[in-house]
Amino acid sequence: MRAYWAIFQARFRVLLQYRAAALAGFGTQVFFGFVRVMVFDAFYRSSSSVQPMTFPEVVTYVWLGQAMLLLVLFRPDVEVRTMIRTGTVAYELVRPLDLYALWFSRTLAARTGPVLLRAVPMFIVAGLFLGLEAPASWVCAFLWVAATLAAVLLSAAVATLLTVMLLWTVSGEGLAALGPAMVFIFSGMIIPLPLWPEWAQPLLDFLPFRGMADVPFRIYMGHIPPGEAVYALLHQAVWIAVFIAAGRWLLARGTRRLVVQGG
Amino acid sequence: MLDALRLYTRYVGVSLRAQMQYPASFVMLATGQFLVTAIEFLGIWALFTRFGSLCEWTLPEVALFYGMVHVAFALSEAVARGFDVFPGMVRNGEFDRVLLRPRTTALQIGAQHLHVTRIGRLSQGLAILLYGAWALGVPWSLAKAGLLVASVLGGACLFSGIFVLQATAAFWTIESLEIVNCLTYGGVEAAQYPVTIFRPWFRRLFTFLVPLATINYFPAHAIIGRPEPLGSPVLFQWLAPVVGVAFLAATLQIWRVGVRHYRSTGN
Repeated sequence: MRAYWAIFQARFRVLLQYRAAALAGFGTQVFFGFVRVMVFDAFYRSSSSVQPMTFPEVVTYVWLGQAMLLLVLFRPDVEVRTMIRTGTVAYELVRPLDLYALWFSRTLAARTGPVLLRAVPMFIVAGLFLGLEAPASWVCAFLWVAATLAAVLLSAAVATLLTVMLLWTVSGEGLAALGPAMVFIFSGMIIPLPLWPEWAQPLLDFLPFRGMADVPFRIYMGHIPPGEAVYALLHQAVWIAVFIAAGRWLLARGTRRLVVQGG
Repeated sequence: MLDALRLYTRYVGVSLRAQMQYPASFVMLATGQFLVTAIEFLGIWALFTRFGSLCEWTLPEVALFYGMVHVAFALSEAVARGFDVFPGMVRNGEFDRVLLRPRTTALQIGAQHLHVTRIGRLSQGLAILLYGAWALGVPWSLAKAGLLVASVLGGACLFSGIFVLQATAAFWTIESLEIVNCLTYGGVEAAQYPVTIFRPWFRRLFTFLVPLATINYFPAHAIIGRPEPLGSPVLFQWLAPVVGVAFLAATLQIWRVGVRHYRSTGN
Protein backbone atom coordinates (compact mmCIF):
# COMPACT_ATOMS: atom_id res chain seq x y z
CA MET A 1 0.00 0.00 0.00
CA ARG A 2 2.89 2.37 0.81
CA ALA A 3 4.24 2.00 -2.71
CA TYR A 4 0.92 3.00 -4.30
CA TRP A 5 0.66 5.97 -1.94
CA ALA A 6 4.16 7.09 -3.00
CA ILE A 7 3.22 6.81 -6.69
CA PHE A 8 0.08 8.79 -6.03
CA GLN A 9 2.05 11.55 -4.25
CA ALA A 10 4.72 11.77 -6.94
CA ARG A 11 2.19 12.05 -9.77
CA PHE A 12 0.18 14.56 -7.78
CA ARG A 13 3.19 16.84 -7.30
CA VAL A 14 4.08 16.67 -11.00
CA LEU A 15 0.58 17.82 -11.90
CA LEU A 16 0.62 20.69 -9.43
CA GLN A 17 3.59 22.17 -11.31
CA TYR A 18 1.54 23.47 -14.21
CA ARG A 19 0.10 26.50 -12.50
CA ALA A 20 0.13 28.90 -15.45
CA ALA A 21 -1.79 26.45 -17.59
CA ALA A 22 -4.23 25.98 -14.73
CA LEU A 23 -4.80 29.73 -14.51
CA ALA A 24 -5.49 30.00 -18.24
CA GLY A 25 -7.76 26.98 -18.05
CA PHE A 26 -9.58 28.59 -15.16
CA GLY A 27 -10.21 31.77 -17.16
CA THR A 28 -11.53 29.73 -20.07
CA GLN A 29 -13.86 27.81 -17.79
CA VAL A 30 -15.28 30.94 -16.21
CA PHE A 31 -15.96 32.16 -19.74
CA PHE A 32 -17.69 28.92 -20.76
CA GLY A 33 -19.70 28.95 -17.55
CA PHE A 34 -20.86 32.47 -18.34
CA VAL A 35 -22.00 31.50 -21.83
CA ARG A 36 -23.88 28.48 -20.48
CA VAL A 37 -25.63 30.46 -17.74
CA MET A 38 -26.75 33.07 -20.27
CA VAL A 39 -28.05 30.39 -22.64
CA PHE A 40 -30.06 28.72 -19.87
CA ASP A 41 -31.30 32.14 -18.79
CA ALA A 42 -32.60 32.75 -22.32
CA PHE A 43 -34.31 29.34 -22.40
CA TYR A 44 -35.95 29.86 -19.01
CA ARG A 45 -37.22 33.29 -20.14
CA SER A 46 -38.80 31.65 -23.21
CA SER A 47 -41.13 29.29 -21.37
CA SER A 48 -43.38 29.67 -18.37
CA SER A 49 -44.06 25.98 -17.80
CA VAL A 50 -42.67 24.38 -14.64
CA GLN A 51 -39.34 22.62 -15.16
CA PRO A 52 -37.77 19.81 -13.12
CA MET A 53 -35.12 22.30 -12.00
CA THR A 54 -35.38 25.99 -11.18
CA PHE A 55 -33.12 28.48 -12.90
CA PRO A 56 -31.00 29.23 -9.77
CA GLU A 57 -30.52 25.47 -9.38
CA VAL A 58 -29.33 25.21 -12.96
CA VAL A 59 -26.88 28.09 -12.36
CA THR A 60 -25.42 26.27 -9.34
CA TYR A 61 -25.29 23.06 -11.41
CA VAL A 62 -23.40 24.82 -14.21
CA TRP A 63 -20.77 26.27 -11.85
CA LEU A 64 -20.34 22.97 -10.02
CA GLY A 65 -19.84 21.45 -13.46
CA GLN A 66 -17.17 23.99 -14.32
CA ALA A 67 -15.44 23.41 -10.96
CA MET A 68 -15.41 19.64 -11.46
CA LEU A 69 -14.95 19.65 -15.24
CA LEU A 70 -11.60 17.87 -15.22
CA LEU A 71 -13.10 14.98 -13.32
CA VAL A 72 -15.26 14.20 -16.32
CA LEU A 73 -13.13 15.48 -19.16
CA PHE A 74 -10.54 12.79 -19.48
CA ARG A 75 -8.25 10.99 -21.77
CA PRO A 76 -6.24 7.87 -21.04
CA ASP A 77 -2.82 8.14 -19.42
CA VAL A 78 -0.52 9.59 -22.11
CA GLU A 79 2.61 8.14 -20.53
CA VAL A 80 1.19 4.64 -20.47
CA ARG A 81 0.19 5.08 -24.13
CA THR A 82 3.81 5.97 -24.97
CA MET A 83 5.03 3.01 -22.94
CA ILE A 84 2.74 0.67 -24.88
CA ARG A 85 3.84 2.13 -28.22
CA THR A 86 7.55 1.96 -27.47
CA GLY A 87 7.46 -1.34 -25.61
CA THR A 88 8.80 0.03 -22.33
CA VAL A 89 5.56 -1.22 -20.80
CA ALA A 90 7.61 -4.36 -20.21
CA TYR A 91 9.34 -2.57 -17.34
CA GLU A 92 5.96 -1.96 -15.76
CA LEU A 93 5.38 -5.71 -15.77
CA VAL A 94 8.69 -6.38 -14.07
CA ARG A 95 7.93 -4.16 -11.10
CA PRO A 96 7.05 -6.13 -7.96
CA LEU A 97 3.69 -4.39 -7.80
CA ASP A 98 0.18 -5.17 -8.84
CA LEU A 99 -0.04 -3.54 -12.28
CA TYR A 100 -3.70 -2.62 -12.01
CA ALA A 101 -3.20 -0.95 -8.64
CA LEU A 102 -0.16 0.86 -10.04
CA TRP A 103 -2.06 2.30 -13.00
CA PHE A 104 -5.09 3.03 -10.86
CA SER A 105 -2.97 5.08 -8.42
CA ARG A 106 -1.44 7.03 -11.31
CA THR A 107 -4.86 7.75 -12.75
CA LEU A 108 -6.30 8.68 -9.38
CA ALA A 109 -3.59 11.29 -8.91
CA ALA A 110 -4.07 12.55 -12.45
CA ARG A 111 -7.77 12.96 -11.68
CA THR A 112 -7.49 14.72 -8.31
CA GLY A 113 -4.57 17.14 -8.78
CA PRO A 114 -5.94 19.25 -11.64
CA VAL A 115 -9.48 19.07 -10.27
CA LEU A 116 -8.38 20.50 -6.92
CA LEU A 117 -6.36 23.25 -8.63
CA ARG A 118 -9.45 24.42 -10.49
CA ALA A 119 -12.24 23.58 -8.08
CA VAL A 120 -10.99 25.66 -5.16
CA PRO A 121 -10.70 28.99 -7.03
CA MET A 122 -13.91 28.24 -8.93
CA PHE A 123 -15.83 27.78 -5.68
CA ILE A 124 -14.48 31.08 -4.36
CA VAL A 125 -15.08 33.13 -7.52
CA ALA A 126 -18.40 31.56 -8.52
CA GLY A 127 -19.61 31.47 -4.93
CA LEU A 128 -18.91 35.15 -4.34
CA PHE A 129 -19.83 36.68 -7.70
CA LEU A 130 -21.48 34.29 -10.13
CA GLY A 131 -24.48 32.78 -8.39
CA LEU A 132 -23.12 29.48 -7.10
CA GLU A 133 -25.22 28.84 -4.01
CA ALA A 134 -24.10 27.18 -0.77
CA PRO A 135 -25.11 23.55 -0.09
CA ALA A 136 -28.76 23.18 0.91
CA SER A 137 -27.89 22.02 4.44
CA TRP A 138 -25.06 20.58 6.53
CA VAL A 139 -26.35 17.07 5.85
CA CYS A 140 -26.35 17.79 2.13
CA ALA A 141 -22.81 19.18 2.34
CA PHE A 142 -21.59 16.08 4.16
CA LEU A 143 -23.29 13.72 1.70
CA TRP A 144 -21.94 15.81 -1.17
CA VAL A 145 -18.36 15.31 0.04
CA ALA A 146 -18.96 11.56 0.21
CA ALA A 147 -20.53 11.52 -3.27
CA THR A 148 -17.67 13.59 -4.69
CA LEU A 149 -15.08 11.17 -3.30
CA ALA A 150 -17.03 8.32 -4.88
CA ALA A 151 -17.15 10.30 -8.13
CA VAL A 152 -13.36 10.61 -8.10
CA LEU A 153 -12.98 6.84 -7.61
CA LEU A 154 -15.56 6.09 -10.31
CA SER A 155 -13.89 8.43 -12.77
CA ALA A 156 -10.47 6.92 -12.01
CA ALA A 157 -11.86 3.40 -12.48
CA VAL A 158 -13.30 4.29 -15.90
CA ALA A 159 -10.13 6.09 -16.96
CA THR A 160 -8.00 3.12 -15.91
CA LEU A 161 -10.21 0.83 -17.95
CA LEU A 162 -9.68 3.08 -20.99
CA THR A 163 -5.92 3.01 -20.37
CA VAL A 164 -5.94 -0.79 -20.21
CA MET A 165 -7.81 -0.89 -23.52
CA LEU A 166 -4.82 0.82 -25.13
CA LEU A 167 -3.05 -2.54 -24.95
CA TRP A 168 -5.18 -3.38 -27.98
CA THR A 169 -3.63 -0.45 -29.80
CA VAL A 170 -5.90 0.35 -32.70
CA SER A 171 -9.34 -0.53 -31.40
CA GLY A 172 -8.28 0.73 -27.99
CA GLU A 173 -7.47 4.14 -29.41
CA GLY A 174 -10.89 4.33 -31.02
CA LEU A 175 -12.71 3.41 -27.83
CA ALA A 176 -10.53 5.81 -25.88
CA ALA A 177 -11.69 8.54 -28.27
CA LEU A 178 -15.37 7.58 -28.00
CA GLY A 179 -15.43 7.01 -24.24
CA PRO A 180 -15.10 10.66 -23.23
CA ALA A 181 -18.00 11.66 -25.48
CA MET A 182 -20.27 9.12 -23.79
CA VAL A 183 -19.16 10.17 -20.34
CA PHE A 184 -19.64 13.83 -21.15
CA ILE A 185 -23.22 13.51 -22.29
CA PHE A 186 -24.43 10.96 -19.72
CA SER A 187 -22.79 12.60 -16.71
CA GLY A 188 -24.76 15.83 -17.07
CA MET A 189 -22.01 18.09 -18.40
CA ILE A 190 -23.85 18.97 -21.62
CA ILE A 191 -27.12 19.83 -19.92
CA PRO A 192 -28.30 18.87 -16.40
CA LEU A 193 -29.66 15.31 -16.57
CA PRO A 194 -33.17 16.19 -15.26
CA LEU A 195 -33.64 18.43 -18.33
CA TRP A 196 -33.35 15.53 -20.80
CA PRO A 197 -36.71 14.19 -22.04
CA GLU A 198 -38.71 12.09 -19.56
CA TRP A 199 -38.38 8.89 -21.59
CA ALA A 200 -34.58 9.06 -21.30
CA GLN A 201 -34.60 9.32 -17.50
CA PRO A 202 -34.69 5.57 -16.64
CA LEU A 203 -31.67 4.98 -18.89
CA LEU A 204 -29.78 7.92 -17.39
CA ASP A 205 -30.58 6.65 -13.90
CA PHE A 206 -29.23 3.22 -14.71
CA LEU A 207 -25.99 4.22 -16.46
CA PRO A 208 -22.87 4.69 -14.31
CA PHE A 209 -21.95 8.10 -15.67
CA ARG A 210 -24.33 10.21 -13.60
CA GLY A 211 -22.27 9.20 -10.59
CA MET A 212 -19.40 11.38 -11.83
CA ALA A 213 -21.18 14.71 -11.89
CA ASP A 214 -24.97 14.74 -11.72
CA VAL A 215 -25.29 12.81 -8.45
CA PRO A 216 -22.89 14.90 -6.36
CA PHE A 217 -24.26 18.15 -7.83
CA ARG A 218 -27.88 17.35 -7.09
CA ILE A 219 -27.06 16.09 -3.60
CA TYR A 220 -25.23 19.40 -3.01
CA MET A 221 -28.31 21.49 -3.76
CA GLY A 222 -30.74 19.10 -2.13
CA HIS A 223 -32.35 18.22 -5.47
CA ILE A 224 -31.73 14.62 -4.44
CA PRO A 225 -33.05 14.72 -0.85
CA PRO A 226 -30.72 13.27 1.84
CA GLY A 227 -33.07 10.28 2.27
CA GLU A 228 -32.59 9.19 -1.35
CA ALA A 229 -28.91 10.12 -1.45
CA VAL A 230 -28.03 6.79 0.16
CA TYR A 231 -29.31 4.93 -2.92
CA ALA A 232 -27.36 7.26 -5.19
CA LEU A 233 -24.19 6.56 -3.21
CA LEU A 234 -24.89 2.84 -3.43
CA HIS A 235 -25.34 3.19 -7.22
CA GLN A 236 -21.90 4.81 -7.39
CA ALA A 237 -20.31 2.09 -5.22
CA VAL A 238 -21.71 -0.74 -7.35
CA TRP A 239 -20.43 0.82 -10.56
CA ILE A 240 -16.99 1.51 -9.07
CA ALA A 241 -16.76 -2.20 -8.24
CA VAL A 242 -17.92 -3.17 -11.74
CA PHE A 243 -15.36 -0.95 -13.49
CA ILE A 244 -12.49 -2.08 -11.27
CA ALA A 245 -13.41 -5.72 -11.87
CA ALA A 246 -13.66 -5.14 -15.62
CA GLY A 247 -10.33 -3.31 -15.67
CA ARG A 248 -8.59 -6.09 -13.75
CA TRP A 249 -10.06 -8.81 -15.95
CA LEU A 250 -9.12 -7.02 -19.16
CA LEU A 251 -5.61 -6.28 -17.91
CA ALA A 252 -5.11 -9.94 -17.05
CA ARG A 253 -6.16 -10.89 -20.58
CA GLY A 254 -4.02 -8.15 -22.10
CA THR A 255 -0.82 -9.09 -20.30
CA ARG A 256 -1.27 -12.76 -21.19
CA ARG A 257 -1.16 -12.01 -24.91
CA LEU A 258 1.40 -9.21 -24.67
CA VAL A 259 4.43 -9.65 -26.89
CA VAL A 260 7.24 -7.20 -26.31
CA GLN A 261 9.42 -6.44 -29.29
CA GLY A 262 13.11 -5.71 -29.34
CA GLY A 263 15.80 -6.24 -26.78
CA MET B 1 0.36 33.30 -55.48
CA LEU B 2 -0.23 30.31 -57.72
CA ASP B 3 3.08 28.92 -56.59
CA ALA B 4 2.05 29.30 -52.97
CA LEU B 5 -1.20 27.48 -53.65
CA ARG B 6 0.62 24.59 -55.31
CA LEU B 7 3.00 24.36 -52.39
CA TYR B 8 0.06 24.36 -50.01
CA THR B 9 -1.61 21.44 -51.77
CA ARG B 10 1.69 19.56 -51.64
CA TYR B 11 1.87 20.13 -47.89
CA VAL B 12 -1.69 18.93 -47.48
CA GLY B 13 -1.07 15.90 -49.66
CA VAL B 14 1.94 14.80 -47.60
CA SER B 15 0.04 15.27 -44.38
CA LEU B 16 -2.99 13.31 -45.63
CA ARG B 17 -0.93 10.42 -46.96
CA ALA B 18 0.94 10.13 -43.67
CA GLN B 19 -2.26 9.95 -41.67
CA MET B 20 -4.00 7.54 -44.01
CA GLN B 21 -1.32 4.97 -43.27
CA TYR B 22 -3.51 3.90 -40.36
CA PRO B 23 -7.00 3.81 -41.90
CA ALA B 24 -8.71 2.06 -38.98
CA SER B 25 -7.38 4.54 -36.48
CA PHE B 26 -8.35 7.40 -38.80
CA VAL B 27 -11.95 6.20 -39.12
CA MET B 28 -12.32 5.79 -35.38
CA LEU B 29 -10.76 9.13 -34.48
CA ALA B 30 -12.91 10.91 -37.06
CA THR B 31 -16.04 9.14 -35.77
CA GLY B 32 -15.01 10.07 -32.25
CA GLN B 33 -14.73 13.72 -33.18
CA PHE B 34 -18.05 13.54 -35.02
CA LEU B 35 -19.78 12.23 -31.90
CA VAL B 36 -18.02 14.57 -29.48
CA THR B 37 -19.22 17.59 -31.42
CA ALA B 38 -22.63 16.15 -32.32
CA ILE B 39 -23.65 15.50 -28.71
CA GLU B 40 -23.62 19.22 -28.17
CA PHE B 41 -26.39 19.65 -30.71
CA LEU B 42 -28.24 16.82 -29.03
CA GLY B 43 -28.20 18.95 -25.88
CA ILE B 44 -29.61 21.93 -27.78
CA TRP B 45 -32.32 19.70 -29.24
CA ALA B 46 -33.24 18.45 -25.75
CA LEU B 47 -33.54 22.01 -24.45
CA PHE B 48 -35.81 22.91 -27.37
CA THR B 49 -38.09 19.94 -26.73
CA ARG B 50 -38.37 21.06 -23.10
CA PHE B 51 -38.66 24.83 -23.52
CA GLY B 52 -40.26 25.07 -26.98
CA SER B 53 -38.32 28.09 -28.18
CA LEU B 54 -35.33 30.26 -27.41
CA CYS B 55 -36.50 33.88 -27.26
CA GLU B 56 -38.59 33.56 -30.45
CA TRP B 57 -35.92 31.51 -32.20
CA THR B 58 -36.79 28.05 -33.48
CA LEU B 59 -34.66 24.91 -33.60
CA PRO B 60 -34.04 25.08 -37.39
CA GLU B 61 -32.87 28.67 -37.05
CA VAL B 62 -30.45 27.78 -34.27
CA ALA B 63 -29.35 24.78 -36.36
CA LEU B 64 -28.44 27.22 -39.14
CA PHE B 65 -26.37 29.32 -36.69
CA TYR B 66 -24.77 26.20 -35.24
CA GLY B 67 -23.92 24.68 -38.62
CA MET B 68 -22.42 27.87 -40.01
CA VAL B 69 -20.07 28.43 -37.09
CA HIS B 70 -18.99 24.78 -36.80
CA VAL B 71 -18.21 24.42 -40.50
CA ALA B 72 -16.29 27.72 -40.41
CA PHE B 73 -14.29 26.63 -37.38
CA ALA B 74 -13.56 23.19 -38.82
CA LEU B 75 -12.24 24.78 -42.03
CA SER B 76 -9.99 27.16 -40.14
CA GLU B 77 -8.76 24.31 -37.93
CA ALA B 78 -7.80 22.47 -41.08
CA VAL B 79 -5.86 25.31 -42.69
CA ALA B 80 -4.51 27.29 -39.75
CA ARG B 81 -4.14 24.82 -36.92
CA GLY B 82 -0.39 24.79 -37.46
CA PHE B 83 -0.30 28.15 -35.71
CA ASP B 84 -1.44 26.32 -32.62
CA VAL B 85 1.83 24.41 -32.27
CA PHE B 86 3.82 27.52 -33.18
CA PRO B 87 4.82 28.54 -29.61
CA GLY B 88 6.61 25.22 -29.30
CA MET B 89 8.54 26.01 -32.50
CA VAL B 90 9.67 29.33 -31.05
CA ARG B 91 10.75 27.71 -27.82
CA ASN B 92 12.95 25.04 -29.38
CA GLY B 93 14.26 27.28 -32.13
CA GLU B 94 12.61 25.36 -34.96
CA PHE B 95 11.27 28.60 -36.39
CA ASP B 96 14.83 29.45 -37.55
CA ARG B 97 14.55 26.70 -40.14
CA VAL B 98 11.26 28.10 -41.40
CA LEU B 99 12.88 31.50 -41.86
CA LEU B 100 15.62 29.98 -43.98
CA ARG B 101 13.22 28.64 -46.57
CA PRO B 102 12.41 30.99 -49.46
CA ARG B 103 8.64 30.93 -48.93
CA THR B 104 6.29 32.99 -46.75
CA THR B 105 6.31 32.01 -43.09
CA ALA B 106 2.54 32.15 -42.65
CA LEU B 107 2.04 29.51 -45.35
CA GLN B 108 4.65 27.17 -43.92
CA ILE B 109 3.30 27.42 -40.39
CA GLY B 110 -0.35 27.16 -41.35
CA ALA B 111 0.01 24.24 -43.70
CA GLN B 112 1.67 21.89 -41.23
CA HIS B 113 -0.36 19.57 -39.01
CA LEU B 114 -3.47 19.23 -41.07
CA HIS B 115 -5.52 16.82 -39.02
CA VAL B 116 -7.77 14.56 -41.04
CA THR B 117 -9.83 13.82 -37.96
CA ARG B 118 -11.16 17.38 -38.25
CA ILE B 119 -13.40 15.90 -40.91
CA GLY B 120 -15.51 14.75 -37.96
CA ARG B 121 -16.41 18.26 -36.88
CA LEU B 122 -16.77 19.37 -40.49
CA SER B 123 -19.23 16.64 -41.42
CA GLN B 124 -21.38 17.04 -38.31
CA GLY B 125 -21.46 20.82 -38.86
CA LEU B 126 -22.45 20.28 -42.49
CA ALA B 127 -25.15 17.78 -41.56
CA ILE B 128 -26.73 20.18 -39.08
CA LEU B 129 -26.34 23.12 -41.46
CA LEU B 130 -28.18 21.19 -44.17
CA TYR B 131 -30.90 20.17 -41.72
CA GLY B 132 -31.32 23.79 -40.67
CA ALA B 133 -31.35 25.08 -44.25
CA TRP B 134 -33.97 22.49 -45.19
CA ALA B 135 -36.18 22.80 -42.10
CA LEU B 136 -36.21 26.61 -42.12
CA GLY B 137 -38.70 26.64 -44.96
CA VAL B 138 -37.34 29.83 -46.50
CA PRO B 139 -37.26 30.14 -50.28
CA TRP B 140 -33.63 29.63 -51.29
CA SER B 141 -32.11 31.61 -54.13
CA LEU B 142 -28.69 31.51 -55.72
CA ALA B 143 -27.82 34.79 -53.98
CA LYS B 144 -28.76 33.44 -50.57
CA ALA B 145 -26.81 30.23 -51.10
CA GLY B 146 -23.86 32.36 -52.18
CA LEU B 147 -24.16 34.46 -49.03
CA LEU B 148 -24.23 31.29 -46.91
CA VAL B 149 -21.03 29.96 -48.51
CA ALA B 150 -19.37 33.37 -48.28
CA SER B 151 -20.29 33.71 -44.61
CA VAL B 152 -18.80 30.33 -43.79
CA LEU B 153 -15.59 31.19 -45.66
CA GLY B 154 -15.47 34.60 -43.99
CA GLY B 155 -15.91 32.86 -40.65
CA ALA B 156 -13.06 30.47 -41.44
CA CYS B 157 -10.89 33.54 -42.17
CA LEU B 158 -11.94 35.11 -38.89
CA PHE B 159 -11.06 32.05 -36.80
CA SER B 160 -7.79 31.67 -38.70
CA GLY B 161 -7.06 35.29 -37.80
CA ILE B 162 -7.55 34.48 -34.12
CA PHE B 163 -5.17 31.49 -34.43
CA VAL B 164 -2.62 33.79 -36.09
CA LEU B 165 -2.99 36.37 -33.31
CA GLN B 166 -2.53 33.70 -30.65
CA ALA B 167 0.63 32.49 -32.39
CA THR B 168 1.96 36.01 -32.90
CA ALA B 169 1.83 36.61 -29.16
CA ALA B 170 4.41 33.83 -28.81
CA PHE B 171 7.05 36.05 -30.40
CA TRP B 172 6.93 38.08 -27.20
CA THR B 173 5.76 35.59 -24.56
CA ILE B 174 7.56 32.46 -25.87
CA GLU B 175 4.60 30.59 -24.38
CA SER B 176 1.26 29.75 -25.81
CA LEU B 177 -1.49 32.09 -24.64
CA GLU B 178 -4.13 29.54 -23.75
CA ILE B 179 -6.52 32.16 -22.56
CA VAL B 180 -7.17 32.93 -26.24
CA ASN B 181 -9.08 29.64 -26.29
CA CYS B 182 -11.95 31.73 -24.92
CA LEU B 183 -12.16 33.35 -28.32
CA THR B 184 -11.77 30.19 -30.40
CA TYR B 185 -13.55 27.37 -28.60
CA GLY B 186 -15.50 29.81 -26.46
CA GLY B 187 -16.38 31.77 -29.58
CA VAL B 188 -17.73 28.65 -31.26
CA GLU B 189 -19.78 27.85 -28.17
CA ALA B 190 -21.23 31.36 -28.02
CA ALA B 191 -21.81 31.83 -31.74
CA GLN B 192 -23.96 28.69 -31.86
CA TYR B 193 -26.74 30.93 -30.60
CA PRO B 194 -28.13 34.25 -31.87
CA VAL B 195 -26.04 36.96 -30.26
CA THR B 196 -29.14 38.80 -29.01
CA ILE B 197 -29.86 36.15 -26.35
CA PHE B 198 -26.73 37.24 -24.49
CA ARG B 199 -26.31 40.21 -22.19
CA PRO B 200 -25.41 43.53 -23.86
CA TRP B 201 -21.74 43.68 -22.78
CA PHE B 202 -21.16 40.18 -24.10
CA ARG B 203 -22.98 40.97 -27.32
CA ARG B 204 -20.75 44.02 -27.86
CA LEU B 205 -17.61 41.98 -27.24
CA PHE B 206 -18.56 39.57 -30.03
CA THR B 207 -19.81 42.20 -32.44
CA PHE B 208 -17.12 44.85 -32.27
CA LEU B 209 -13.97 43.52 -30.60
CA VAL B 210 -13.96 40.02 -32.15
CA PRO B 211 -16.57 40.22 -34.90
CA LEU B 212 -17.93 36.68 -34.49
CA ALA B 213 -21.45 37.97 -35.10
CA THR B 214 -20.52 38.57 -38.74
CA ILE B 215 -20.05 34.82 -39.29
CA ASN B 216 -23.67 33.92 -38.80
CA TYR B 217 -25.79 36.43 -36.91
CA PHE B 218 -25.93 39.21 -39.50
CA PRO B 219 -25.94 37.11 -42.69
CA ALA B 220 -28.49 34.71 -41.21
CA HIS B 221 -30.96 37.56 -40.88
CA ALA B 222 -30.62 38.29 -44.59
CA ILE B 223 -31.08 34.58 -45.35
CA ILE B 224 -34.07 34.06 -43.06
CA GLY B 225 -35.48 37.43 -44.10
CA ARG B 226 -36.32 38.58 -40.59
CA PRO B 227 -35.90 42.16 -39.36
CA GLU B 228 -32.76 42.49 -37.28
CA PRO B 229 -33.46 43.89 -33.78
CA LEU B 230 -30.13 45.70 -33.44
CA GLY B 231 -31.03 47.78 -36.49
CA SER B 232 -28.23 46.88 -38.90
CA PRO B 233 -28.84 47.83 -42.54
CA VAL B 234 -29.61 44.96 -44.92
CA LEU B 235 -26.63 45.92 -47.06
CA PHE B 236 -24.34 45.31 -44.08
CA GLN B 237 -25.90 41.87 -43.55
CA TRP B 238 -24.94 40.99 -47.11
CA LEU B 239 -21.43 42.40 -46.76
CA ALA B 240 -20.69 40.89 -43.33
CA PRO B 241 -18.46 38.06 -44.65
CA VAL B 242 -15.94 40.68 -45.81
CA VAL B 243 -15.23 41.53 -42.16
CA GLY B 244 -13.69 38.10 -41.57
CA VAL B 245 -11.39 38.44 -44.57
CA ALA B 246 -10.34 41.92 -43.43
CA PHE B 247 -9.69 40.58 -39.92
CA LEU B 248 -7.39 37.87 -41.28
CA ALA B 249 -5.56 40.38 -43.47
CA ALA B 250 -5.02 42.65 -40.46
CA THR B 251 -3.73 39.82 -38.25
CA LEU B 252 -1.32 38.72 -40.98
CA GLN B 253 0.13 42.24 -40.93
CA ILE B 254 0.61 41.95 -37.17
CA TRP B 255 2.20 38.55 -37.76
CA ARG B 256 4.71 40.24 -40.07
CA VAL B 257 5.62 42.69 -37.31
CA GLY B 258 6.09 39.72 -35.01
CA VAL B 259 8.38 37.92 -37.45
CA ARG B 260 10.56 41.03 -37.65
CA HIS B 261 10.68 41.14 -33.86
CA TYR B 262 11.71 37.48 -33.61
CA ARG B 263 14.91 36.65 -31.77
CA SER B 264 15.86 33.03 -31.83
CA THR B 265 15.94 31.39 -28.43
CA GLY B 266 19.09 29.71 -29.71
CA ASN B 267 20.68 26.53 -28.56
